[in-house]
Amino acid sequence: MQKIEATNDFVVKFANINGSGSASANELFARAILRMGVPVSPRNIFPSNIQGLPTWFEVRVTEHGYLGRRGGVDLMVAMNPQSWEQDVREIDPGGYLFYDSSKPVPRARLRSDIHVLGMPLTEICNDTYSDSRERQLFKNIIYVGALTTLLDIDPQEIERLFGEQYKGKEKLFDSNLQALNLGREYARQHLKPIALKVERRDRVGDMIFTDGNSAAALGCIYGGATVCAWYPITPSSSVPEAFERYATKLRTDPGSGEKRYSIVQAEDELASIGMVIGAGWNGARAFTATSGPGISLMAEFIGLAYFAEIPAVLINVQRGGPSTGMPTRTQQADILACAYASHGDTRHVLLFPEDPYECFEMSAQALDLAERLQTPVFVMTDLDIGMNQRLCRPFAWDDSREYDRGKVMTREALDAGTDFGRYLDVDGDGIPYRTYPGTHPTKGGYFTRGTTKNAYAVYSEAGADYIYNMQRLRQKFETAKSLVPLPVLTAARYPARFAAIFYGSTGPAMQEALDALAEQGIYINALRVRAFPFQNEISDFIAAHSKVFVFEQNFDGQLTTLLINEAHASPASLIPVLHYDGTPITARFITQEIAERVARLNVRPLRENMVA
Amino acid sequence: MTYIAKPRLHHPSLAKNRVGFTRRDYEGKISTLCAGCGHDSISAAIIQACWELDIEPHRVAKLSGIGCSSKTPDYFLGNSHGFNTVHGRMPSVLTGAYLANRELIYLGVSGDGDSASIGLGQFAHVMRRGVNMTYLVENNGVYGLTKGQFSATADKGSRSKKGQSNNDAPIDLVTLALVMGATYVARGFSGDKTQLVPLIRSALAHQGAAVIDILSPCITFNNHSGSTKSYDYVREHNEAVNRIDFITPREEITADYAAGEVIDVRQHDGSTVRLRKLHEDYDPTDRIRAMSYIQEHAARGEVVTGLLYVDPEACDLHQQLGTVEQPLNTLGAAQLCPGAKALEKINASLR
Repeated sequence: MQKIEATNDFVVKFANINGSGSASANELFARAILRMGVPVSPRNIFPSNIQGLPTWFEVRVTEHGYLGRRGGVDLMVAMNPQSWEQDVREIDPGGYLFYDSSKPVPRARLRSDIHVLGMPLTEICNDTYSDSRERQLFKNIIYVGALTTLLDIDPQEIERLFGEQYKGKEKLFDSNLQALNLGREYARQHLKPIALKVERRDRVGDMIFTDGNSAAALGCIYGGATVCAWYPITPSSSVPEAFERYATKLRTDPGSGEKRYSIVQAEDELASIGMVIGAGWNGARAFTATSGPGISLMAEFIGLAYFAEIPAVLINVQRGGPSTGMPTRTQQADILACAYASHGDTRHVLLFPEDPYECFEMSAQALDLAERLQTPVFVMTDLDIGMNQRLCRPFAWDDSREYDRGKVMTREALDAGTDFGRYLDVDGDGIPYRTYPGTHPTKGGYFTRGTTKNAYAVYSEAGADYIYNMQRLRQKFETAKSLVPLPVLTAARYPARFAAIFYGSTGPAMQEALDALAEQGIYINALRVRAFPFQNEISDFIAAHSKVFVFEQNFDGQLTTLLINEAHASPASLIPVLHYDGTPITARFITQEIAERVARLNVRPLRENMVA
Repeated sequence: MTYIAKPRLHHPSLAKNRVGFTRRDYEGKISTLCAGCGHDSISAAIIQACWELDIEPHRVAKLSGIGCSSKTPDYFLGNSHGFNTVHGRMPSVLTGAYLANRELIYLGVSGDGDSASIGLGQFAHVMRRGVNMTYLVENNGVYGLTKGQFSATADKGSRSKKGQSNNDAPIDLVTLALVMGATYVARGFSGDKTQLVPLIRSALAHQGAAVIDILSPCITFNNHSGSTKSYDYVREHNEAVNRIDFITPREEITADYAAGEVIDVRQHDGSTVRLRKLHEDYDPTDRIRAMSYIQEHAARGEVVTGLLYVDPEACDLHQQLGTVEQPLNTLGAAQLCPGAKALEKINASLR
């Protein structure tokens, strides 16, 4: 039988029952490999449930630093009888199945083309521990111990991690170490060696390991947000929670203990966006974090903020839709809902981070953009980025950077007799001046409304005033193009006729796919879109290729629609390639889709110097 | 009255308050509501209260939802910033504004449709949180702007102008405010300015969530016989529990009440609410008693008005959150951004 052989490049998947304490043991496993200088990319695939349902933890071990999901499983750690059939089926031929053999499994429920490693975990635990909770928790550590032996993971690294985790708790440290060694010893004596190995490298460098939601929260701290209003919703809740954690440390006055921030858990999403808008109107930087259903509830308010021109930042950690959808699964399915959120003619600025580093960067930038443009700005992250720990570049901040507070008319300017029209375009960029409430006793006050107003914020239902306002808003959206992040091009080694457009969490899997395709002799240019409104670079890129594959993690091809609508791309030149089952897109999926489609397009180089 | 422009010039003999403004400086645009609307009387009472309190007009932020009542902030305090938000959601916008700058005075203006129907949730939660605001409900029991539908405060059995009977139980906003933790709860009547102005003054000075449910008859859609929110009905059934005087620290306190009839309530900011008791057994600092008192009288068909409850030790949202004294909207990067060095430490902790 064939045997998958790989060093520092394989996928281990843990199938567990949620609420069984497996998450921390599995994370321990991933971190130990990381400490050996080998990049890993773990992903939690979990149910919308607290205890008892299947949950998976997939660890990509990747010396090349491919942090996307690869697809396929080389070693399955099957600890959940509920999902057994599915888990066994998922193993690549020649791969390995590690399972709890305390209860014999009939041959019919196994496969003949995989290598089976049984370990009587329950039996060992029952013999060693009398307390039922200990039996459960240490079972997880014992299998991690066995895996370290099988995969040549340095036990010293795990011991060090225990040391950090159980600092000052000697008893816990000792018992965990004992369980680890129990597993190691059993594997050494009873299990056949396998051909998946971890070897020490120095490939992690100064990269950091964190999740996108924490990074977005930290971006809001650095970006100067002082008001956070939110309503709990998976997968975004850990953004405000991390904001609170960081703010407690970084924004509390050391002398008085007073807070330079405020957090309100609102009664619903309508209230949370209302608070953000009220704070933005009053000159504070404010944000909320939510997911699809929250955006739907906020829609009316988003329109008000758009027309009343109030800064607001919304971090949308997207999940599977529609409706309540699949709260614990990932998708990029709110693109259109956010780009055109609310009734009436609205258009909104969207930013698409690809990893925690960009979650940090773009959240801070969104606070600047919202005030510069006086409009809602959406940071369109998703569950895959938000709730999984990911290796990424270390966060960076330039201390000379100043907050862009936008066009704010001061008391001095008003005293000097400056003409103030709240909705008057004085600079030709569509962005008017605003005053903060309380600026001046007799000048600069105005009444904020939606659309029924003239350029001086006086009540008006006149058609001409409405038209002036709409055209100015369009001009403002044009201005936004020059302020939002540019797309990032990954050029093929040879001139290419075909191209791919992608965004957000598809990024890491795309990098791996591009390399794999190049090995097959398929060269394509790839452009990562990072913001809406789309710049000319995006239209030019589409126009320069005969076919452009648009990779999206939704069913409707939402970015494709937006590109056709807003970048005036020819629908015939765009081929949406969609991954929407709720799991993160894989490099293998992308590679296969492109290879097949390129073959189907019957590619013969049109010009000699062009390849496909 | 929309068609008569107010003269721009002020009479030189108009009295100025301590901050140098005349009463006219607290006015806004000409009202576009129906002539005789109770809401215009409330706007006049707000103007009077702010002038008497020596509040600089621009230190007030006035926010409203949607409806006839919510249009009124355009008709007073013309130099203040105002915000006509979305239907039923003024409380959240006001909460955010208040978080951003704790130094302004926040006036929320709403109606019975805006607060008791679409906005009931936000009405309740803003009270719970103790946002330092004055929440005025201009309550006429009817949707005016959409022409005469019942609102959730309409009494069961009351009849609309078209003759339909209301079958749903009414929501009593003062009772709800008491349950939800408001620390200043009053009910007034737009037709009784003598009672209303001091109620608004002491609400503005109150450091916590203050709500005044103001019965304000709709002369177009809800002023007929069969309505329980008409001028005649409210006048006949009004049961005032007290008459209040509001006394700021610098005002002379004159005692012209007989002993035993007067309660002085000193608030946090040093001001005093002096109540002349009209009902012997009414104690406005007893929340539980206030609730049963209102219910007992409602059962008898009486509309209890006056200061129904006040907690002189009220604590507001900023105190509960422990935020800095300085308004959050004035903090700069130096106070907000932890800087590159701190970030390097964070990076190190994530390796």
